[in-house]
Amino acid sequence: MMASADQSELTFPPAWNRRHLLDMESLSADEIRALLDTAQHLKEITGGCRDKISLLTGKTCANLFFENSTRTRNSFSLAAKRLGADTVEFSSSGSSVAKGETFVDTAKTIEAMGVDWVVTRHATPGTPHLLAREINSSIINAGDGPHDHPTQGLLDMLTIRQHRGSIKGLTVALVGDIAHSRTARANIWGLSKLGATVIVCGPPTLVSPRWRELGFEVAHSLDEILPRCDVLNLLRIQFERQAARPFPSVHEYAALYAMNAARMRRAKQDILIMAPGPINRGVEITPEVADGPQSVILEQVTNGIAVRMAALWLTAGANNDSH
Amino acid sequence: MPETSLLITGGRVIDPSQSIDRVARLLVVDGRIEAIDPADSQIPESARHIDASGRIVAPGFVDLGVELREPGFEEDETIASGSDAALAGGFTSILACSSTSPCIDSHGAVEFVRQKAVQADGVRVHVIGCLSKNRDAKQMAELGLLHEAGAVAYSDAPRPMPNDALLKRALEYAQMFNLPIINRPNVMTLSEGGVMHDGQVALVLGLKGLPTEAEDLAVARDVRIAEATSGRLHIGPVSTMGSVDLIRRVKERGIPITASVCPHNLCLDDSQLRSFDSRFKVHPPLRSPKHIETLCAAVADGTIDAIQSGHMPRAREKKMDDLDASPFGLSSLETTLATISTFMLGLEGFDWSAAIDRLSTAPARIAGVPGGDLKVGSLADIVIIDPDEKWIVDGHQFRSHCISTPLDHLELTGRVTHTLVGGRVRFALRPETEHLA
Repeated sequence: MMASADQSELTFPPAWNRRHLLDMESLSADEIRALLDTAQHLKEITGGCRDKISLLTGKTCANLFFENSTRTRNSFSLAAKRLGADTVEFSSSGSSVAKGETFVDTAKTIEAMGVDWVVTRHATPGTPHLLAREINSSIINAGDGPHDHPTQGLLDMLTIRQHRGSIKGLTVALVGDIAHSRTARANIWGLSKLGATVIVCGPPTLVSPRWRELGFEVAHSLDEILPRCDVLNLLRIQFERQAARPFPSVHEYAALYAMNAARMRRAKQDILIMAPGPINRGVEITPEVADGPQSVILEQVTNGIAVRMAALWLTAGANNDSH
Repeated sequence: MPETSLLITGGRVIDPSQSIDRVARLLVVDGRIEAIDPADSQIPESARHIDASGRIVAPGFVDLGVELREPGFEEDETIASGSDAALAGGFTSILACSSTSPCIDSHGAVEFVRQKAVQADGVRVHVIGCLSKNRDAKQMAELGLLHEAGAVAYSDAPRPMPNDALLKRALEYAQMFNLPIINRPNVMTLSEGGVMHDGQVALVLGLKGLPTEAEDLAVARDVRIAEATSGRLHIGPVSTMGSVDLIRRVKERGIPITASVCPHNLCLDDSQLRSFDSRFKVHPPLRSPKHIETLCAAVADGTIDAIQSGHMPRAREKKMDDLDASPFGLSSLETTLATISTFMLGLEGFDWSAAIDRLSTAPARIAGVPGGDLKVGSLADIVIIDPDEKWIVDGHQFRSHCISTPLDHLELTGRVTHTLVGGRVRFALRPETEHLA
C-alpha cells in the first residue's frame, strides 16, 4: 500500500552531494548524519519501512552481487521497490562471469540496459571505486571484501542512535574477526566520526596492533573491556576469507570471545548486543544472548531497509560527480 | 665495410668508471669509443656530428632484469617491443628474464631469444637462464649448457628461489662458469595472496599485505648461503629497510654480494593504493615512506649497487581487472632515468655521476657484460640526456606494449634524447629535427 504520511516533508539535506556511496571512511560526520536522519525519516513515513512511496518511480536499481548474500541483497531490493524503483537482479553464478567476462564488462552490460544505480558486492576491496571510474551510474558499495560496507555501518549506527539517542560518548566494542571484516571498518570510521570510543577486540591474529597507530583502542581480552562497553558488535569469524585458521580451535575462540550468559551478567545492564549476521550461534554469540532482551539483531535488519532507501534517494538526488 | 665515425660535441661527459665529469668531445669510430677530446687531426672528415650542448653524455644504461614475455606472452611484450622501449629509456643492454613459456631452461630457448633480439636489431639483449629446470625450484637447470648457449646469469626471476638446498648447490656449481645468480628475495609462504605493502594503508583498505619480513627473511637466507659458498649472488630488487640493513652489514664483512632496487620503489609510497588502481600493484610493492627514505640513502651511499627498471609488462586487459585479479606489473623502461633524476638527484651524496654509476657502470660490472663505460676501445653504447627537460608521463605514448605505469600523468624532469648502440643512433627523441648533422 502507499504510505499515508506526507512524503513532501522529506527534504534533501544540504550536507549531501555525492553521486556514489563507496565507503564510510571518506564520509564526513555531517554526511553520515544526513544519511541517518534521512533513513529515520523514511522509516517513519513508510510505517517502519512497510509501505511504498513514489520517490524514485521510473528509476532502476541493479543489484550486482559477485558474492553470496541474503540479507543485504534482499534489503536493497526491498528498499528500491518501496521507493517505487524497479530492480534488476544479477548473480555471478551462471552468468557471463562464469564464461570469463570481467566484472567491469558485466557491469557495463547491465548498465547499458538502462539503470540508475549499480549496487555491488565483490570479494575484492576497491571494486566499487573501480566501477565508479568505469561506468556512469551511481555506485553503492554493498560490501567489497574486507574493506567497507557503508550501509551496514549506517544501519548499525541508526540502531544505536534509536536506542541511545546519540552516538557521541558511547563506548562501542567490535569483537571478533576485525582483519577480514568490512563491517568492522565501516563501524570504526562511522562511530568514531560521530564521537564514540571504539575498541577493536579479538586475538592478535585477527586484530592488528596497527589500529592503535590510527587512534583506536586494541584489546585482546573481552572480559577486561566488557564492563566499560555500551555496545558490543559481535562480528562473524570469516572462515571463508582465511587462508589459515588464526586460532587453535573454534572451541577456544568461543571460550575467549563468545558473548554468553555469564558475560552478560558482568556487562552493563543496558548494553546493546549487535551482530551484522549471519551469526554463528555458539561461536561469537550464544543463543540465549542472541535471542535475549538486550539483542537488537533483528532491529538492525529492519533498519537496513531504511538506510538503503536513504542511500538510494540521496545518491539519486546528487547532481555532481564527487565521490 | 666503410669506416663510420661520429663526433658528439658540447656535452657533459660523465663516466664514473674513469671518474670523468666534464664538458668534452667524444669520438666514435666503427662502433667503439675512439677518443675523449680527440685532436682535430683524429676526427675523420666524414664524421657525423651530434651537438649535445647542455646535455649529459654517458654510458648507456644496463638493466639487470627485464621481462620480455616472448615466447608465450606476446600480448604483454615482445622482444622487439621491449627492445624499442629499452632504447627509448636510454638502455643499451638488458638482461632478459626467463619468465617465458616455455621458460629459458635450455640451449634452444636461449638461442630463440638471442635470434629474436638480432631480428629486433635494437638494444643488446643478454639472456638470463633459469636457475631451476622448468622454474619449478626442484632440480637445477643445466647451468653449464645455458652458459655455453650464451646465458650471462641465472635466475627464476621474478619468482624467488624457495628451495634452500638448490640455491646453495647452484651458488657452488655456478662458480665454474663465473656467472652471477640473481634472486628476488621473497618468502612466498609469508607473502602469498598479498597485493600491497603490509602496513597501515593495507589495514585500512582491507587489502592483503606483503609483509616486509617476507623479503627480509629471504635476504638473510640468501646472504648467509652466499657467504657459505662464496658464490656470486645478486639480490634484487629489494624494497625494505630490513634488506638494506642486512646487505650493509654483510658488505661490511667483505662478502661480495650485490643488490639492486627499482626506481618506483624510491619515490612512490603505499598510499597510492588508496585509489585501488591496479597501476600501483607492483612487485616489490610500493612501501611506506620510511622504507623509501632508507632505500634512497642506500642507493646514494652505494649499499645498493644498481638501479634496475623492474619492467614487468602486462597487457592492458589484464591490468584492467580488480586488484586481486590484476597481476603485478608495470611498464618502467621508459621512465627509469626520469624517475631517478626527478626524485633522487639532490639527495645527499647522489649526483649525476652516482646516477650513471647505478644505472650503467655498476650493473654492467655485476652482470659481466660489455658496456657501462666510455673507455677508449669500449663499445660505443651511449646515452644522451637532457637533464632539464620536463615532460608528463603518458603510458599511451610508450613503445612498450604495456601502458600501465604508476607514474602516469606525473611531470618528471630529465629525459633521454638519444641512445646509441655500437655507435649507431638507435633512438632519437626528435629524429626529424636534430639528431644528426
